[in-house]
Amino acid sequence: MAFPAPGNISVMTRSMAWAVVCFLVLPISIVFAVSLTDQPYLSLPHDGLSLQYYRGLLTSRAWLTSIWHSLVIAIASTAIAVTAGTLCAIGCWRINSRASDAVRVLMLIPIIVPTIVYALGIYQLWVDLKLIGSFAGVIIAHAVTGLPYVVITVSTALAGFDPKLEQASQSLGASMIQTLRLVIVPNILPGIISGAIFAFIHSWDEVVIVLFIAGRSVFTLPQRIWDGINESLDPTIAAVAAVLILTTVSLLFIDIAIRQRRSQ
Amino acid sequence: MRALLSRIASTETSPATDVAGALRPPSPRRLHGAMRYWLLIMPALLLMLAFYLYPIGRVLWISVTEPKPGLDNFALLATSASIHKMLVTTARISILTTVITLVLAYLVAYTLVHSGERGKRWMLLGVIVPLWISVLVRAFAWFILLRREGLINNVLIASGIIDSPLSLIWNETGVVIGMVHYMLPFGILPIYANMNDIDQRCVAAARGLGATRGAAFRKVFLPLSMPGVIGAGILVFVFSLGFFVTPALLGGGKTLMIAEYIKVQILEIVRWGVGTMLAATLLVVIGLLLAILGRIIDLRKLFGSV
Repeated sequence: MAFPAPGNISVMTRSMAWAVVCFLVLPISIVFAVSLTDQPYLSLPHDGLSLQYYRGLLTSRAWLTSIWHSLVIAIASTAIAVTAGTLCAIGCWRINSRASDAVRVLMLIPIIVPTIVYALGIYQLWVDLKLIGSFAGVIIAHAVTGLPYVVITVSTALAGFDPKLEQASQSLGASMIQTLRLVIVPNILPGIISGAIFAFIHSWDEVVIVLFIAGRSVFTLPQRIWDGINESLDPTIAAVAAVLILTTVSLLFIDIAIRQRRSQ
Repeated sequence: MRALLSRIASTETSPATDVAGALRPPSPRRLHGAMRYWLLIMPALLLMLAFYLYPIGRVLWISVTEPKPGLDNFALLATSASIHKMLVTTARISILTTVITLVLAYLVAYTLVHSGERGKRWMLLGVIVPLWISVLVRAFAWFILLRREGLINNVLIASGIIDSPLSLIWNETGVVIGMVHYMLPFGILPIYANMNDIDQRCVAAARGLGATRGAAFRKVFLPLSMPGVIGAGILVFVFSLGFFVTPALLGGGKTLMIAEYIKVQILEIVRWGVGTMLAATLLVVIGLLLAILGRIIDLRKLFGSV
């Protein structure tokens, strides 16, 4: 069945809806304007555009260190989340029983539980295990909270995968590992990449957990932005924010491109 | 959550896994086959148990044992004036955020299902891209706009509409604006997914039987779209209750919601008993809300085809 012609709702409803979408998008774009300011404080450009804060960002040891820390943590935690999450989703898909359904639901818990609650728990645990302020501590916490994204995207990809291919592979004598590597993983690769992108963005942006467990030696980008907003209000933050937005948007477009190629 | 919802946005229905399961013949040769697949699940399961559920279990445990065993911490919920005030603030802001979000989200979702392919694609893009942009960056953008010497105040003063700057930040106004902005996609996508499933012929039938446009909407479409609205409402409310970043940045320490209150208890005053008690309370409330939600609609539906 087709929906009625697009023109079937009033112009007013349609324009109000677009106004809401503008409310969603436009405020974010203010960051770009402010990042190009020629003033020494947070404001719109006055007499002309200036790239001084981008230059400042690229020459500031502090910001570069934070970018580096965030990158290392995001890449490592994504690697763990993608490996464990993909295997888990495949296992659940293949077993397909009540118990494995329960496991899949379990994997979703980190999305529902407020991060602040988890942050308390992991802070406590890391104090005991002396992992406060260590890369390992942050990486594990981000990997665990990134797991749901991978499990979801890979499960969705598996739903469209023909299990007979897997049976064929096994009856032709392939071992489980060969089947995984040569048949299943290549077929669900777009889902895995989506999961990786989402897990990466999750870690790259995460600030609440980090505020509790990063200590002094690990200083991620979101943490430095947080401190910046609360303390200095240096326009460099706007430049960083602009870079963050561009990173996220390009990752999203990669994801969309991959999904479109798959559906063709 | 964001991944789930992004998935909803591309609503191509996926083939049901059950069919796949039915096709699979039980093979006696691989009796311990299932055991091998459990091995695949193990790494994720162990990570989750050791580094997620165990720490949260400890939080619950501390809430009834610190400083001494018993429910003394929970008694504070009834007796402490500052906790009372904070709980009321949290509830008020969350309810307000949820109501505003739902109204705006309904409008967008309704337009989405009644849009052509191209309009739909652009509108969805405008919903999904903000969903993935760092919450910190979004709060920062609002911070620039809403400050006393921020853009909105500057523009309003320059154009002579107001004489002195409005206080839009470090109060509930700022927090609610920022939160609605964050929650909108979480409201729009579930409502949209539900509306997509509504058979538009029902509305056409009502119109054919003589109902006015308004009546057909009120008596047919609106009731059919309620499951999506309730689902989205509980989701947004649950996220609002435990929200940290935006209230902390736009509330400026003056408008204290539960998540920030907990952070202050733990990192600044170091009162683990109170902090964990509030965390436990938050968990229980969210658990109850989701249980209610589960009775009203199929949770799996809300969470995509996982």
